[in-house]
Amino acid sequence: MKHLHLMFLSIAVVLFITSLQPVLSSEISDQPAYGDALITGSIGEPSVLIPMLAGDSASHDVAGLVFNGLVKYDTDLSIIGDLAESWDISQDGLVITFYLRKGVKWTDGVEFTAEDVMFGYKTIINEKTPTPYKEDYLQVKKAEVLDRYTFRVGYEKPFAPALSSWGNLVVLPKHLLEGKDITKSDLVRNPIGMGPYILKKWTSGQDVTLGSNKNYFEGRPCIDEYVYKIIPDPATMFLELQAGGIDMMGLTPIQYTRQTNTKYFMENFQKFRYPVFSYTYMGFNLKHPWFKDKRVRQAIAYAIDKGELVDVVLFGLGSPATGPYVPNTWAYNPNAKKYDYDLTRAKQLLKEAGWEDTDGDGWLEKDGKKFEFSVLTNMGNRSREQTATIVQYRLKKIGIKMNIRVLEWSTFINEFIDKRRFETVILGWSIGIDPDQYAIWHSSKTREKEFNFVSFNNAEVDALLETGRRTFDVEKRKKAYYRIQEILADEVPYIFLYVPDATPIVSSRFKGIKPATIGISYNLPKWYVPKNLQKHRME
Amino acid sequence: MITYLAKRFFEMIPTLFGITLVSFLILQLAPGKPTDVLTEMNPKITPEARERLEKLYGLDKPMMVQYGMWLKRVVKLDFGNSFSTDRRPVLEKIWDTKQALIDRRLFITFFINLLSLILIFIVAIPIGISSATHQHSLFDKITTVFVFLGFAMPTFWFALLLMMLFGIHLDWLPISGFKSMNYESLTLSGQIWDRTWHLILPVFISAFGGLAGISRYMRGSMLEVIRQDYITTARAKGLSETTVIYKHALRNALLTIITLLGLSVPGLIGGSVIFENIFGIPGMGQLFYMGVMTRDYPLVMGILTIGAMLTLVGNLLADIGYMIADPRIRAK
Repeated sequence: MKHLHLMFLSIAVVLFITSLQPVLSSEISDQPAYGDALITGSIGEPSVLIPMLAGDSASHDVAGLVFNGLVKYDTDLSIIGDLAESWDISQDGLVITFYLRKGVKWTDGVEFTAEDVMFGYKTIINEKTPTPYKEDYLQVKKAEVLDRYTFRVGYEKPFAPALSSWGNLVVLPKHLLEGKDITKSDLVRNPIGMGPYILKKWTSGQDVTLGSNKNYFEGRPCIDEYVYKIIPDPATMFLELQAGGIDMMGLTPIQYTRQTNTKYFMENFQKFRYPVFSYTYMGFNLKHPWFKDKRVRQAIAYAIDKGELVDVVLFGLGSPATGPYVPNTWAYNPNAKKYDYDLTRAKQLLKEAGWEDTDGDGWLEKDGKKFEFSVLTNMGNRSREQTATIVQYRLKKIGIKMNIRVLEWSTFINEFIDKRRFETVILGWSIGIDPDQYAIWHSSKTREKEFNFVSFNNAEVDALLETGRRTFDVEKRKKAYYRIQEILADEVPYIFLYVPDATPIVSSRFKGIKPATIGISYNLPKWYVPKNLQKHRME
Repeated sequence: MITYLAKRFFEMIPTLFGITLVSFLILQLAPGKPTDVLTEMNPKITPEARERLEKLYGLDKPMMVQYGMWLKRVVKLDFGNSFSTDRRPVLEKIWDTKQALIDRRLFITFFINLLSLILIFIVAIPIGISSATHQHSLFDKITTVFVFLGFAMPTFWFALLLMMLFGIHLDWLPISGFKSMNYESLTLSGQIWDRTWHLILPVFISAFGGLAGISRYMRGSMLEVIRQDYITTARAKGLSETTVIYKHALRNALLTIITLLGLSVPGLIGGSVIFENIFGIPGMGQLFYMGVMTRDYPLVMGILTIGAMLTLVGNLLADIGYMIADPRIRAK
């Protein structure tokens, strides 16, 4: 009997240990570790790796891992220090003083100081520097280096986007660039920064390889290598993902909902989804006699089913837009008027505006003219073309005939938008994280090539835009932007259609990814691959 | 013969000049400016900033002044600096001396095109001959179907199908790129093997369309030749069929194909734009595509000029080949 007990006991122990094994090993496998490489697919090749010169997103993506700014955005979109440890803003909002981190070194070993910030600032405002980002810095009246670790800027008027403008463009190594033509410098293709990664190798047209900065001031990144593989064709990129050639890419809505639902993808990849800082809209030319009447614009807004657009065009991967801000950000006003799909209300408003089907042909008329207009959009953007088709179908239901014209991008912008030769357009805006949209809505921005091309003119909005950009007080700014959204919702210069979601996919061996409003890659240096899952051996 | 060649060579200069002028004008006529990439629909940009950028690129000068400036530089073989934000010299982008010879864009495009031309001729000529000598046979009918498939199939679609089959389902060949990530750590033979593996699909795709055309031309040309009197005479003299076909008929039938060789150069270079983008191969075609998308005039002009030069040289080579094959031209 005793033997039997002993036998049971030993069997139980063996069973317990074997049952424990996977648990233990899975625990080990989730430990952060150094090593491995992350290979990401990129449609475009970076052109320059000095942030202020770069105009394309591929360059900014790579340069963003090599360089740092004075400040950066936190996961909740508030501004936190990066190279600046802290900062003061004077009572009147005119002077910002940055106190820099001490002991941070460029990857060539030289210490970073306020002189580097000053040098970067002087370079960006220099007439000869070809950069599209000058404007925010041209507002600076005076910049000075107070000591090795203190940098101060003064403005003529308080300028709210100023603080975030010191984000990621300006800091440059003075000791390497002083007295040189920045555009011809070797650093354009071989940058020296102090970010989490260092450029290792760049093979034109093929790939850009970054190695981790072991002395990074926020700690050595776990992933040793970050590779941008250049694959210009999106279909090829998706095949590479399937074949295991790349670990990460952005999916299209159809790839997200239909093509990655297989067992293979579910086992080997993790998908993410979050709203991007952009929206698609239908804009009216407010100088057009028919669209001068607010009721007509409101009627069209009621006739469009935004939910349907999100479902059909974006495969459900997005949300209806109600104003120029993305839901869940601080400037977004959840109480602004929404135009739910309501055909009766639409018809009623059109009737009030004098549009009626007098001859019974199914189309509305006024003063003997049929309600017929064109919407313009650009070629090559399928979701906008589909949006136009659905809107056309919906407007037909209330007796409005909308024709669709799809134009090549440059012709569209230069010949039609810039010259205001349009009745309505379907377009999108990528918006920054700061809510200042002065250039889009202020009545002074209606000249040719400026961005208030719908000619929106509202004195109250003008004043609110001024208030919004002239104070650092978040509550005051919030109040101004809330009110702007209410006015825009009532005036309907645009019908805000939808905010698409970003849909990245990452190989499941990468751990530590924490999605936030700002996206997934903000904490890239903290991503890791547990030792037993590592695929690439670094030498 | 030397006078003939010299004459042909000097004729090329005004042709090249004409090509560059027309290309330059067409580029300028196309809507959009290089600065648009940086400024268009960017709310951070003021009209003043846009003007500053245009001045910096020299776009504020009249079109013919810009062309004159460009031409003056090109005579000295300087294609100027790219308008993309890296501002690198165009020539360096095409012929990057920092890279190994086999990784330079011009070399890659040239090499792949050469391989596909060789493939086309190795495969298409025998197919053409057999179809002609065995007219209306099963083989002839099968090749006809194959030829029409080759004409009808869109390159990008066929390429994707092959990538799925060989890259994913069978896992035999790499999907994109010109070499593997671990290329540097491979032995020499490993490196050659790696490149070969990467080249199989692109070379096949690049050759596929041409294969169809050339085999058809070869068939037609051969059919025409074997109906000629001198072939009947040769047969009547009692020569073997092999001698008749391969010694007497083939030489004459090849004349058409030699001309086509020269003419197919621009087609292949144009095709490079498509397959280099699909397969992510860093050649001139890919660079050209990026240049066009960003309205990078100096880069586009540089590649067009080099492409035109290659085409003219291709034609010249075809003429030389023609001379070798046809004694009547030599006699002139």
